[in-house]
Amino acid sequence: MTLPFFAELIVSVLLVLGGLFAFTGSLGMLQFKDFFMRLHSPTKGTTLGIGCILIASMTYFTVSQREPHVQELLITLFLFITAPVTGHMLAKTGLHMHLRFIAGTRGSLPEFMDEDVGQNRVANPGRPKPPGGLKSRHKQLLRNRGR
Amino acid sequence: MLAIALWIAISFIVLALAMNIYRLAIGPDIPDRLLALDTMYVNAIALIVIAGMWLNTKTYFEAAMLIAMLGFVSTMAICRYLLRGDIIE
Repeated sequence: MTLPFFAELIVSVLLVLGGLFAFTGSLGMLQFKDFFMRLHSPTKGTTLGIGCILIASMTYFTVSQREPHVQELLITLFLFITAPVTGHMLAKTGLHMHLRFIAGTRGSLPEFMDEDVGQNRVANPGRPKPPGGLKSRHKQLLRNRGR
Repeated sequence: MLAIALWIAISFIVLALAMNIYRLAIGPDIPDRLLALDTMYVNAIALIVIAGMWLNTKTYFEAAMLIAMLGFVSTMAICRYLLRGDIIE
């Protein structure tokens, strides 16, 4: 159970960093304003956090059992491969279901195929011309959010 | 030092799980809830790996691997159901 000092330092720092990144990912998912912003933080922050924690576990078992223990690398690789795929599919689902996004979003919607955005496609789903300027539109969207 | 770091990591991840459950409850649309579930299984893997370090066993590695695979497959299945109305066409 007792580790050398440097190994213990590395494992502790990686554990705290991993916990912090996982916490940040979930905090972003709680705080951001629309679905497409909320998609960012779990796919980046939480994946980095779980990577840190799995590397910490790998180091801990390798040092304490005095033999290479690389099975955690499997989970790390699997999660690092599947997280972008999940994010992509969730973004496609959000576009397909015409979720609203806040009015300050820049850029235009790229051209999607009909099968990507559904049958009754609207030209610019979240951004009709606001009657009272962008700020009131933003407030209205925020008010409508928790329906 | 390691025990303190384990406690800090466990508390951060439990807080993250609590925020995920809150988003799962209030999420205004279905993809929000799906995203919350997706984040929850990643955090559950982190919690299980930390429990394995805490108890000093390698037994929990298989559980973490199973949760990773089944979580990815279930997220894909629900996404596909929402996109297509069917899982296997």
